Amino acid sequence: MNSVTREPLSTETDWTFELLQDYEREIARIAGDFELDTYPNQIEIISSEQMMDAYASSGMPINYHHWSFGKHFLAVQNSYKRGHMGLAYEIVFNSNPCIAFLMEENSLTMQALVIAHASYGHNSFFKGNYLFRTWTDAESIIDYMVFARNYIADCEQRHGVSEVEEILDACHALMNYGVDRYKRPYPMSLEEERQRREEREVILQQQVNELWRTIPVSEDAAQHREQARYPEEPQENILYFLEKNAPLLEPWQREVIRIVRKISQYLYPQRQTKVMNEGWACFWHFHILHEMYRQGLVTDGFMMEFLQYHTAVIYQPPYNSPYFSGINPYVLGFSMMQDLRRISENPTEEDKRWFPDIAGTPWRETMDFAMRDFKDESFILQFLSPHVMRDLKLFSVLDDSERDYLEVTGIHDDSGYQTVRESLSANYDLGNLEPYIQVYNVNFRGDRTLTLRHDMHNGRPLEQSNAEEVVKHLHRLWGFNVVLESVKDGKVCSSIAHSELTVSD
Amino acid sequence: MGFLIDRRNNPKQKSTVNRQRFLRRYRQQIQEAVNENLRGRHITDSERGEKVAIPTKDIGEPNFRHGSGGRITHVVPGNDQYTRGDRIPRPEGGGGGSGQQGSPDGEGMDEFVFQINRDEFLDVLFDDMELPNLTKRLLSGQEEFKRVRGGFSSAGPPANLSVVRSMRSATARRIALGAGRRTELRELEKELAELPEGEEGQPRREEIEARITELREALSRIPFLDDVDIRYHRHYQEPIPHSKAVMFCVMDVSGSMDQSIKDLAKRFYILLYLFLSRNYDRTELVFIRHHTVAKEVDEDEFFNSRETGGTVVSSALELMKAVIEARYSPTEWNIYGAQASDGDNWPDDAQRCLRLINEVLPLCQYYAYVEITDAGDKPLWNIYSTLAERWSEVFAMQHITGPGDIYPVFHELFRKQTA
Repeated sequence: MNSVTREPLSTETDWTFELLQDYEREIARIAGDFELDTYPNQIEIISSEQMMDAYASSGMPINYHHWSFGKHFLAVQNSYKRGHMGLAYEIVFNSNPCIAFLMEENSLTMQALVIAHASYGHNSFFKGNYLFRTWTDAESIIDYMVFARNYIADCEQRHGVSEVEEILDACHALMNYGVDRYKRPYPMSLEEERQRREEREVILQQQVNELWRTIPVSEDAAQHREQARYPEEPQENILYFLEKNAPLLEPWQREVIRIVRKISQYLYPQRQTKVMNEGWACFWHFHILHEMYRQGLVTDGFMMEFLQYHTAVIYQPPYNSPYFSGINPYVLGFSMMQDLRRISENPTEEDKRWFPDIAGTPWRETMDFAMRDFKDESFILQFLSPHVMRDLKLFSVLDDSERDYLEVTGIHDDSGYQTVRESLSANYDLGNLEPYIQVYNVNFRGDRTLTLRHDMHNGRPLEQSNAEEVVKHLHRLWGFNVVLESVKDGKVCSSIAHSELTVSD
Repeated sequence: MGFLIDRRNNPKQKSTVNRQRFLRRYRQQIQEAVNENLRGRHITDSERGEKVAIPTKDIGEPNFRHGSGGRITHVVPGNDQYTRGDRIPRPEGGGGGSGQQGSPDGEGMDEFVFQINRDEFLDVLFDDMELPNLTKRLLSGQEEFKRVRGGFSSAGPPANLSVVRSMRSATARRIALGAGRRTELRELEKELAELPEGEEGQPRREEIEARITELREALSRIPFLDDVDIRYHRHYQEPIPHSKAVMFCVMDVSGSMDQSIKDLAKRFYILLYLFLSRNYDRTELVFIRHHTVAKEVDEDEFFNSRETGGTVVSSALELMKAVIEARYSPTEWNIYGAQASDGDNWPDDAQRCLRLINEVLPLCQYYAYVEITDAGDKPLWNIYSTLAERWSEVFAMQHITGPGDIYPVFHELFRKQTA
């Protein structure tokens, strides 16, 4: 693989299927030399309209019908037509085979870039990272989406579009609260899924109504039950709780909740690994294309074009720039991945102090370990080096609503590295990003009021009008009164209630 | 190794259903927006779609999120001046430069703007409305034809070949031609099987076997497919019926009609025109304006020129009647009248006006009168209100006081009759 001078694969800028095939073959070979473990690739060339379609259905190749997807489509279409935004060059799905959509407008260089980025970078991340391995099943997702789409269409036939839409709206509002964070799901085929659904429908309807149970209980037990909360422990998976316990839902409605829950669970790892996933993919497209150049497979012109795209993606405007909109996950991820390799290959004294475990180890193994066993939060906490913090000139600012100024709590200096690193890591912890809300209690001896509790982490309140809307949706699913309490230091400080009396339909 | 698939020719518009769901859900808001947009449209401009803006807050998808407040630590890049412990005044609006994620769905803007196409536009506009008395008069169909499939023929171009029919008649022919021989064959085979073994049956056996071979050969010579079997799809020309409508816009342009009143009238005419052109293949417009005398004009002059003087409504009705007689035979055309006025009329004209409208109405499919005025009932209203009973099928009148009324009034005039 050492610099054998070869003829470049092409000198023109427009792609053809034959050329793409050549590039893909070479990229696959080089990726293989780097020991990237991937699912088989299925690369599909699509038009911009199809790309907008893919955007609209929340990044799924197939999805059920819902107005909100139509809304997103119109929004994307509108801003694309007016030139306010460009479309992504590719979309890649975590499935086996790994499906990547490439836009037909891309130049040949761009196609090569996105094949390396998506079909080898993201693909190997999907296959390797523990979150994806635990929570998603690349084998069955396409099957499952086909099942979901048909099932929802079927429900629409039987119960009417509006009925289904109401349930879906409510589920979408709670989508982020439909994930198990700790339990491992069991992979299932389409056929199993169908059978299980039928069984479930029968059994659920018989069992769900723990709340209705009228079998008399002994005095003691009654006392005990009077005091016990139901559920005994707070439930974080609100959709799951509703699916299993909401008293008034029809079997098909429970199934719809389940579908939304499953999709949410499937997307959950993506939300937790944005920095790592993009960083990993950028790292690999960068090195794979450089390796192609080293082997004489691509021309200088190709590399100039590639580097232009690359640097446009890897650009971080400073905090005071009008273009600043938060930390660019591509930049953070790419810088950290590059730095990991540097620490492995050429560690400085500082690196040896900070990363005694990995300084000077084989870089392939180190990076493979980092890719497999971390998510954004832990990855940053573990591997954000002083070097990267200095490069990006990171500093942390405390915004406390009880004070009328912001305070700089750490900058890129010896006393600040640890603070900055911890703060940044916390900013990628979904537990901090999303309000922490759990099902707390059901008053099942009385009016069946459902109580949820919001733990105010760092005293951060809920956005009121949104929360009220979501509580309405909760009420729709639960069927009885719903109360959402915000709790700070063990004390309830505010609550949103929604009861039948106040429903104004 | 991956493989490449060209998906560009896959069916497009996968999102069409989702788009329609969205339009359906926000019908009311879209309706309001469309109604608002009517102001800027040309009367005959029904070809283009419409840009629709509806408030973002109406179409939000709620979820739990953090509000402002509490303690948040932001980490931001590009430090150029700060050291630990520095205090920064809180920027306006709080947030401290926190990077809210980009909003591809346009959140943060007050309005959600998108395009709907012409059909969707008209759908929204004329939702739950219908043309009364939609008996299309003469369906004249002499000009255009379409090819329709009808039956089969034994001659035609190869492209029209009907494989199924051809094979069917080939099968029939083969059965018919071979029937006698096949019967004989079956009988001989039966006899052969029953012949006793040994010497005594031998001559007969040979005879039968020879005959069987002969019959089999004859059967195999029947052609599988013959020229006479071939059938073609037949096409014939069917005239396409056309329905034609003419819409008379009658407007008072006397001094008392100011520009704002004309604008209101114009919007009413736009609606009517769009509505008619949706229901008829061809819709023509006749503009008649009048003060003391009536005149047929073009659209531009109709809306934009000013006249002064009194008002004699009968002059317009007379002209309308003359135009109908001259150019639009009621047997051939569906005639619609739309009259807008501020309600003034010359007092002496009442009788004549009443007589003429009584002559015009039988010719019309529908005649709508809108009175644009703030003051109560005007002379013309009084004249026309006597018509309502006798001509309830074809005549309707309504008051309009402001732009907000136009759509509801139009809606009222053409409301779907619940039978």
